[in-house]
Amino acid sequence: MKRDAAKSLRVFAAELAIYAVLVTGYFFAVLHVLGGWLYRLETQHRVIYAVVAILLIAGQAVFLDAVTTVLFRLLRRRWR
Amino acid sequence: MFFPISHSDINPIYLVVVGFVIGILGGFFGVGGSFIAGPALRLMGVDWNFAVGTDLAHIVGKSIVAARKHRTLGNVDLKLGMIMALGTIGGAEGGAQLIQALKRAGNVNTVVSWVAIVVYSGISIFMLWESHTTLRLHKRRSRGTVSDAKAAASKADHSAFGPVTKKIQRIKIWPMISLPTSGIQEISLWTILLVALIGGFFSGFLGGGAGYIRMPSMVYVLGIPTHLAVGTDLFEIIISASYGTFTHAIKGNVDILIALVMHTGAVIGAQIGVVATQYFAGPKIRLAFVPLPLIGAAIVIYTLVTGHKL
Repeated sequence: MKRDAAKSLRVFAAELAIYAVLVTGYFFAVLHVLGGWLYRLETQHRVIYAVVAILLIAGQAVFLDAVTTVLFRLLRRRWR
Repeated sequence: MFFPISHSDINPIYLVVVGFVIGILGGFFGVGGSFIAGPALRLMGVDWNFAVGTDLAHIVGKSIVAARKHRTLGNVDLKLGMIMALGTIGGAEGGAQLIQALKRAGNVNTVVSWVAIVVYSGISIFMLWESHTTLRLHKRRSRGTVSDAKAAASKADHSAFGPVTKKIQRIKIWPMISLPTSGIQEISLWTILLVALIGGFFSGFLGGGAGYIRMPSMVYVLGIPTHLAVGTDLFEIIISASYGTFTHAIKGNVDILIALVMHTGAVIGAQIGVVATQYFAGPKIRLAFVPLPLIGAAIVIYTLVTGHKL
């Protein structure tokens, strides 16, 4: 029982580590690629900015979560 | 690091740490955490309007991650969440209208501050009494035969307020609906809408997502098990915070780059918070929840006494 719990915690920690790397990379990618464009959008086209803002934040949550799951599955297969 | 949209200079590590703390609280208790995020951004010199809007944007992402994780653990009642979202939006509009009326009367700050202090303190005192009594009764009945891990895993919830909740569930006002995911055979749709309306009202009146009002109401009034109340509340926050982000962004109150930095910490914290709920039984989660509304009350008292807006 304890061994199972420790194993699932290890799996969770590994998944979290992959996710942390992806999330940080995502932020820097957005800052580098879209930073200037977002600033102009915020001052000139607020409605589009509002939609893009929600998409960016939801994308970070949903897309990266999905990528982490796929990556983690691939890694687990390799480890086995 | 300079954030051009809000013209603020903030250390990104500070934002990540704030996001991380709020993420843990959100994942574990099902709250948005605006009572910490708003003041934390203000502390760094971000204008109040940007603090509110940006905070809502990061709450959307964090709640998506936490609700998805809770869903995989079977802690989200989608049917209940959808119904409650309707009532919440209606209530939020009512709360905002009352704020406008108080603004016109010229006493908005005093009234909102006192209502906040009474409501936050009331929730904390009630939850402290209830969770403490429930834990004591449960300990006496089980005589230590059920371990904490087993109690948490079963998600079966006990509450000293249970008899009152049962009476509320027996109120038969058509249409009656069932919530199989939450283990409720029959409850009036109007009871759910009323709870959501009250939660939404306080969200519009006191600001933030009002998770610290909605989560306890789900447990005590509707009889939803604590783990499910946390997950379902997060699901509902996605809808209400998205709406809030959109309207604030149109008004020029959202710095999405700050929100994304906060979000990097928040999503990690949220996942840890969600997994942590697996190791605690409902009454213990409720007992740990007690300080949260008190922090909100303390912030309001501080602003009332000093005249500073955090």
